[in-house]
Amino acid sequence: MNFTLMIDSMPALLRGTVVTIQLLAVTLTLGMALAVPLAILRVQRAPLLSWPVRAYIYFFRGTPLLVQIFLFYYGLAQFDAVRESLFWPYLRQPYVCALLTFVLHTAAYTANILRGAMEAVPAGEVEAARACGMRPAQVYRLILLPRAFRLGLPAYSNEVIGMLKGTSLASTVTVMELTGVANTIVAQSFSPYEIFVAAALIYLAITFVLTRALALVEHHWSRHMRPVDVPAAKVGQEEAHA
Amino acid sequence: MDILQGWGEAIARGAAVTVAVALMALALGLVWGVLGALARLSSSRILRRLGTIYTTVIRGTPELLIILIVYFGGTVALTALARKIVPDAGYVEVPSIAAGVFALSLIFGGYAAETIRGAFQAIPRGQIEAAEAFGLTGWVGFVHIRFPLMWRYALPALGNNWISLVKDTSLISVVGLEELMRVSAMATSVTREPFIFYLVAALVYLALTFVNTTLLGWMEARSQRGERRG
Repeated sequence: MNFTLMIDSMPALLRGTVVTIQLLAVTLTLGMALAVPLAILRVQRAPLLSWPVRAYIYFFRGTPLLVQIFLFYYGLAQFDAVRESLFWPYLRQPYVCALLTFVLHTAAYTANILRGAMEAVPAGEVEAARACGMRPAQVYRLILLPRAFRLGLPAYSNEVIGMLKGTSLASTVTVMELTGVANTIVAQSFSPYEIFVAAALIYLAITFVLTRALALVEHHWSRHMRPVDVPAAKVGQEEAHA
Repeated sequence: MDILQGWGEAIARGAAVTVAVALMALALGLVWGVLGALARLSSSRILRRLGTIYTTVIRGTPELLIILIVYFGGTVALTALARKIVPDAGYVEVPSIAAGVFALSLIFGGYAAETIRGAFQAIPRGQIEAAEAFGLTGWVGFVHIRFPLMWRYALPALGNNWISLVKDTSLISVVGLEELMRVSAMATSVTREPFIFYLVAALVYLALTFVNTTLLGWMEARSQRGERRG
């Protein structure tokens, strides 16, 4: 182990880490924005609404992320219409292409999680909401979606970690995020252990922080399920009164 | 097959390599998974610690990075070893298929260890007690009762891990293995039709996923044939 090399490479690796976190943050934000309407369409009874989303989810969950990135980055350039379009200055950038693929990818997984969670919401709660006079939009906004977010959170935590690891694939289309930087340094110094292990430790640190943060959210959102902290003495007193 | 411009056979061979690599990684990965689970359930604190470190590191590190570590790390180690024996030896490269299978098996094992640990714990206590009452204790009880029962609880999650594993084989193309993804990339550089060939690759992966989900559904139903149903 050459620790000097490890320390010398740290600034570059940390710059890559910033890109990785940036990619992840934008991916998760846009992915969620896309996943909510997709999930709502997916649970509709009308086949014309649910089937396109079903096919979309099936494609993005059934194929490797690497194929999806190559399909967007190299594949789209095959079409003259794309190359002559307004978006070409953006679509030709590896960063934008990788990001776009990640957003579509995570949206499919997240929509699937939300779909499962919405289906798991007890029917009685939806009926109660309707009986209170809520319109369909209100049922989604006030009952179904908030409940689905809570129910789907454990699965979504896994998706967040999966997506963090997925961002490493941006390096295959020359984006200099953490894995890309590490790979470049290894190609120059040929000391894979030091650099890759350092990169792996950074990923592990991010995973650790994310898992902790998501566990906190989960704890916070399940506070209505926890027993109320009532001091034992007080309970006894109340019984004495009764 | 005009649309494939003669690349059909190469793509089929690539798909065969993909399946073969996935199967080899599955077999080896199940070994790591069972060992990892037993380590995590062991009474020795050191073994429990090691098991936890293994699953945590694997699940928190990108699959691509693990493949790169095994491939380049293995090459450096092999080269150093060769130079110890023959001082002026050149670079000894690890074959990408060996590095790929080993890396993927480690990844699969990391996830499988968690699944299998949970499955061992899910076996109803009474069934193990019943086995012990019949004298099936220790190793015999493990082989004939606990291990087969574990499958029933582990199968659904292991099936998901397997489907991920098949998709992860595409990452070995990065270190040069000529599987489905690499063959498709080669085809695009000749034909200049990346969209068509990456779409074909995507459809082959989709077909593999479909076959696997169907197969797993059947296996799950079969694994539960002894269960009481309400």
